[in-house]
Amino acid sequence: MMYTTRTSPLTRGVVHLVLVAYTLLCIGPVLLVAINSFKSRAAIFRSPLSLPDATTFDLIGYRTVLGQGVFARYFLNSMIVTLGSLGCVLLFGAMAAFALSEYRFKGNKLLGLYLSLGIMVPIRLGTVAILNMMVASRLVDTHLALILIYTAQGLPVAVFILSEFMQGISKDLKDAGRIDGLSEYTIFFRLVLPLMRPAVATVAVFTMIPIWNDLWFPLIVAPGEATKTVTLGAQVFIGQFVTNWNAVLAALTLAIVPVLVLYLLFSRQLIRGITAGAVK
Amino acid sequence: MSQIEKLSLDVPSIPAATAGTVRQAPARRWYILVFLAPALLVYSALMVIPLADTLRLSLYRKVDQTSVFVGFANFGRLFGDPNWSVHFWQALVNNIYFFIFHLLLQNPIGIALAALLSLPKLRGRSFYRTAFFLPTMLSFVIVGFTWKLILSPIWGVAPTLLGFVGLKSLFHPWLGLESSALTTLALISVWQFVGIPMMLIYAAMLSIPEEVIEAAELDNVTGFAQFWKIKLPLILPTIGMCSILTFVGNFNAFDLIYTAQGALAGPNYSTDILGTFLFRTFFGNQLQLGDPNMGATIATMMFLIILIGVSIYLFGVQQRMRRYQL
Amino acid sequence: MRTMTMITAWAMAGSALVAAAAPALAADATLKIESWRNDDLQIWQEKIIPDFEKSHPGIKVTFQPTAPKEYNAALNSKLDAGTAGDIIACRPFDASLELFKKGQLTSVNDIAGMSNFSDVAKAGWSTDDGKTSFCVPVAAVLHGFIYNKDAFAKVGIKDVPKTDEEFFADLDKIKKDGTYVPLAMGTPDQWEAATMGYQNIGPNYWKGEDGRAALIAGKEKLTDEAWVAPFKELAKWGAYMGDGFKAQSYPDSQNMFTLGRAAIYPAGSWEIAQFQSQAQFPMGAFPPPVPKAGDPCYVSDHPDIAFGMNAKTKSPEAAKTFLTWVASPEFAKLYANALPGFFSLQSQPVPTDNALAKEFVGFRDSCKSTMRSTYQMLSRGTPNLENETWVESANVINGTDTPEQAAAKLQKGLDSWYKPGK
Repeated sequence: MMYTTRTSPLTRGVVHLVLVAYTLLCIGPVLLVAINSFKSRAAIFRSPLSLPDATTFDLIGYRTVLGQGVFARYFLNSMIVTLGSLGCVLLFGAMAAFALSEYRFKGNKLLGLYLSLGIMVPIRLGTVAILNMMVASRLVDTHLALILIYTAQGLPVAVFILSEFMQGISKDLKDAGRIDGLSEYTIFFRLVLPLMRPAVATVAVFTMIPIWNDLWFPLIVAPGEATKTVTLGAQVFIGQFVTNWNAVLAALTLAIVPVLVLYLLFSRQLIRGITAGAVK
Repeated sequence: MSQIEKLSLDVPSIPAATAGTVRQAPARRWYILVFLAPALLVYSALMVIPLADTLRLSLYRKVDQTSVFVGFANFGRLFGDPNWSVHFWQALVNNIYFFIFHLLLQNPIGIALAALLSLPKLRGRSFYRTAFFLPTMLSFVIVGFTWKLILSPIWGVAPTLLGFVGLKSLFHPWLGLESSALTTLALISVWQFVGIPMMLIYAAMLSIPEEVIEAAELDNVTGFAQFWKIKLPLILPTIGMCSILTFVGNFNAFDLIYTAQGALAGPNYSTDILGTFLFRTFFGNQLQLGDPNMGATIATMMFLIILIGVSIYLFGVQQRMRRYQL
Repeated sequence: MRTMTMITAWAMAGSALVAAAAPALAADATLKIESWRNDDLQIWQEKIIPDFEKSHPGIKVTFQPTAPKEYNAALNSKLDAGTAGDIIACRPFDASLELFKKGQLTSVNDIAGMSNFSDVAKAGWSTDDGKTSFCVPVAAVLHGFIYNKDAFAKVGIKDVPKTDEEFFADLDKIKKDGTYVPLAMGTPDQWEAATMGYQNIGPNYWKGEDGRAALIAGKEKLTDEAWVAPFKELAKWGAYMGDGFKAQSYPDSQNMFTLGRAAIYPAGSWEIAQFQSQAQFPMGAFPPPVPKAGDPCYVSDHPDIAFGMNAKTKSPEAAKTFLTWVASPEFAKLYANALPGFFSLQSQPVPTDNALAKEFVGFRDSCKSTMRSTYQMLSRGTPNLENETWVESANVINGTDTPEQAAAKLQKGLDSWYKPGK
């Protein structure tokens, strides 16, 4: 590290002021929901901005929510589906991106375009055909059905971003590997993939979000109790208690927490990956 | 698949990319197929075929429970019948507004945040980063509901907050006014998604080689000047990528408006974008029956619009940027 | 009348068949119910299903609701792929008719107990010629206004308003007093403006069924005075609604009223259960006021929900057993008391213990029943009349369109595809 720090305390103060202000903007709304989920109904309306105190503290919302479904089960389902799809998207996506950016072959550009077509239309439009396929292969109400769908959905963007990053990897390294007689597979898995960590972590985060939050395919393809995801569970909830704001706020808070935990777990990897890639 | 096999395997000569290697290029490079196969298989089966099936529907029309091939008649209807065309053009105009709004706000905010985060020796960096990315992690259900609560005139959070700074009179039921509903939703959407460009640009900034920065420092190029003259040009390709992802995202957007304003995208269709128009047509609404044929027609148009946009980027903007970078 | 006897005969034959089949299905069958009533999940799980399972051992029932917004889309996809539940909650009129035409719902003419319903009750789930029904009617909802009795006492309103003049005089009083927001309603969700606004007060102007039939026959137009008048009344409502009503969502309005901040809530009877569990003050109900004292009154008594059988069910006999039970007086009684505000469509009146529900159902004695004008036939084409009515009703209250403009737009849209008499 050879950075010279020439920033004055004043500049640093201004920087933090800006950062803190934007942090408030990001966290504020979520905090507002969380705070009010611990208050009684009348207090939510009377003074939405104040913290719960002895008179207004009320866990009725949580009691309603937790007394209902089996949220632990839903959470596990979401984890299986999200991590499963994520693994497939990253592996398949990186392999395809490598092939497309590393080798010149006839139809390379065409294949690249073919793979990026999927970015342009929401996969939701293919619902009926997808559902028919799942029925024919008896995959309805299974985790695998969702994993396959989300893999297909995530691949185009993954290939798109990863190819972009692949082009930045030095040719010398790969060529050195080839001189040493490494197979193309070894070059990819041993040399290239480790260097791709920042990009892979980035793609992981972006792929994960829409999968975790999707409402549509769980609703259509896997609505059963055994495969219901957290987002679907929370949605049924919000619909059911739409005027019971205690329950709604509690359900929203509970739906946010797992995402946050998941992100915190991933973000370490993500940041380590990013910095590792940058410093080398 | 057979066509793809042919594409990838009939390579007669040594490819340019590996021309400098000692390794002889084999006549048939099976590994290319191995690398591509899983992605192509899953993607083709679960995305391309179902979507192609849907797009095919745009050439058909249902008459008495049977599908009849009608050529481009559905497109004629979409553009010729004012009952359809008025909604289509309005949705398109709204969509363009929605996108430009994102472009003008999301990228600069993303760049600014990334630049601040990548300042050397910044304390609390990981805390800020996590906070800025938090909204991006939330589902539309949560975002839509939370902002509706905050902006609700009944709950009174927004008016109270404005009251603290003496601006209570500025409060309006923004989501309910034709003049401001779409802008408000665009702002919420930017709030939600700014984390993505921020992260990508942040990653790009971190991967700027140290030597470049050191060289700049030696030449006494620091602070803002360094940002403008050195970093910004180097992250331009990433900004381009963010913009095109935003473009595609915006022209596919639907969930937020659907959650906040319903399928009719009120008030008075003022927040109707292509995604909501499509959903309403394809799946129906209350008493409106779903019309997969007209829905597919709209989907095809969206597909074409996005295809044109992405092509302009891939073959125009991106190539030029590469050259600039070198 | 011949059809009636035919139906009865079929029904009896059907019930004999079911009775004969009953012992055969002792092997367990599981029925999945598709519904948009996710509000009722608990009631089904705790009251209705246990009751059915107790009297029908061997049949298990699960209630799997989808949020109302997604119901039609999700159901259609699942039906097309053959993964939908065995029992389908039917929306009235065209949405379900379409499913029947596609062969996804079966005829229920042979279900015993269909004779418990009048032709009017069955109209929402029958073919245009009325010969075949495809869902067993369950419940209707009534429109009217729910009011806060404390608020009326506070500002000194003794009797509920009976005419438009009294209605607005009362609203003025409440507004002047300032303690309460006179009307708890907002426009951003749009459907309330149409359903609890236009369709609620409208029948008094277009004379209920007479006007509705004339509109379908093309003898009246939406631009006629009888159809513009309700818009003119609606245009006056905005002044009595809360600050920022243009962004006041449906749950906002419900909360505003049940927290005791508003005096009058333009309502549908489905609100009863929730309001009673949340409000801390006494409530009453009154039917939509008539234009002039002595005018006959009409009330929207709208068929809302029915149950049909998925044609692809694996347990058709069990499904028929369930539908037969749904058509029985026991079910009507159970349902009416578990869900006050959903009134049975069976010809025999079903007693209810709920005071507010009693007030609503009392409207049927003093006023003539009708249903929402846009539901039958008129929302089949593009532009969709129901959608446009939502948008225009909200526009009128917001002041974006004058009543005349709104009516003209609706009629123009209707004229573009609807040819009466065909």
